[in-house]
Amino acid sequence: MWTWFYKLASPPHVYGAAAALVPWLLGTAAVALGYGLIDGLAIAPPDYQQGEAFRMIYVHVPSAILSLTVYTVMAAASAVALIWRIKVGFAVAAAAAPIGASFTLLALVTGSLWGRPMWGTYWAWDPRLTSELILLFLYVGVMSLRSAFEDSSRGDRAAALLATVGVVNVPIVHFSVVWWNSLHQGATIVRLGAPKMPGSMLWPLLSMWLGFMLFFAAVLCIRVRGEVLIRERQSTWVREAIKS
Amino acid sequence: MMSGSFWSMGGYARYVWPCFAFAGMVLAWNLWSARRFFAAARVRAARSLEMAEGEER
Repeated sequence: MWTWFYKLASPPHVYGAAAALVPWLLGTAAVALGYGLIDGLAIAPPDYQQGEAFRMIYVHVPSAILSLTVYTVMAAASAVALIWRIKVGFAVAAAAAPIGASFTLLALVTGSLWGRPMWGTYWAWDPRLTSELILLFLYVGVMSLRSAFEDSSRGDRAAALLATVGVVNVPIVHFSVVWWNSLHQGATIVRLGAPKMPGSMLWPLLSMWLGFMLFFAAVLCIRVRGEVLIRERQSTWVREAIKS
Repeated sequence: MMSGSFWSMGGYARYVWPCFAFAGMVLAWNLWSARRFFAAARVRAARSLEMAEGEER
């Protein structure tokens, strides 16, 4: 029954499929990001309260959403690898970690730059900001733990376990603005009911969001190919792939 | 031609432009480091294969 799943997740299949996907993902990401940038920076009207400063939303929100999405992908891949012993799961988790860490850092830095003119401070020990910082530490912890073992398979398992357990922080980050008093505003897009923004501001945001997601998928594919090559370097199919 | 008001961002230029510049840097770093990682993995796999073939001989 699960044969198709194992076939789909086989290293040669993943290696080939990722190669085919990268140009398409990068191309569509460039279009989405280009449209989002032009519309978001030059066409969307300024916010009636925040003025032009609100335009930081076009990088802050997509990077913040991506920081949570990438962690969820990493945790899901880790769980799949641990439960079903699918080796590609470890490769996906290892590939996702540096990407997620970089987008979490981007969310923190852009949030800090936005916070200064709006809140009067670059940083506050606010529930949303603190839980996002913990998310960055989790990414760093997962990467460090993986590289701390001489035996790479033990490192993979330990990092996968930490990534799976750490997923508990994802809903904490998302709902922190609901559960606790926070300087940070509530959800604007990812919420029950219609988004709180007018279309002229929303479309460039959705476009940037899509662009970031597609970009992440492209970079993940490139990194997964590298991880698969390293892990499968003794296999016959790798010999053929390298020689071609 | 972009007007001066576009670049000044209503007085928030020192926050808005660094925000977008840092985002550009993060995207560029991700693409560059992923490609470098893949290239290094190919070299590592090729070396490993060469060593294995050498041992076979």
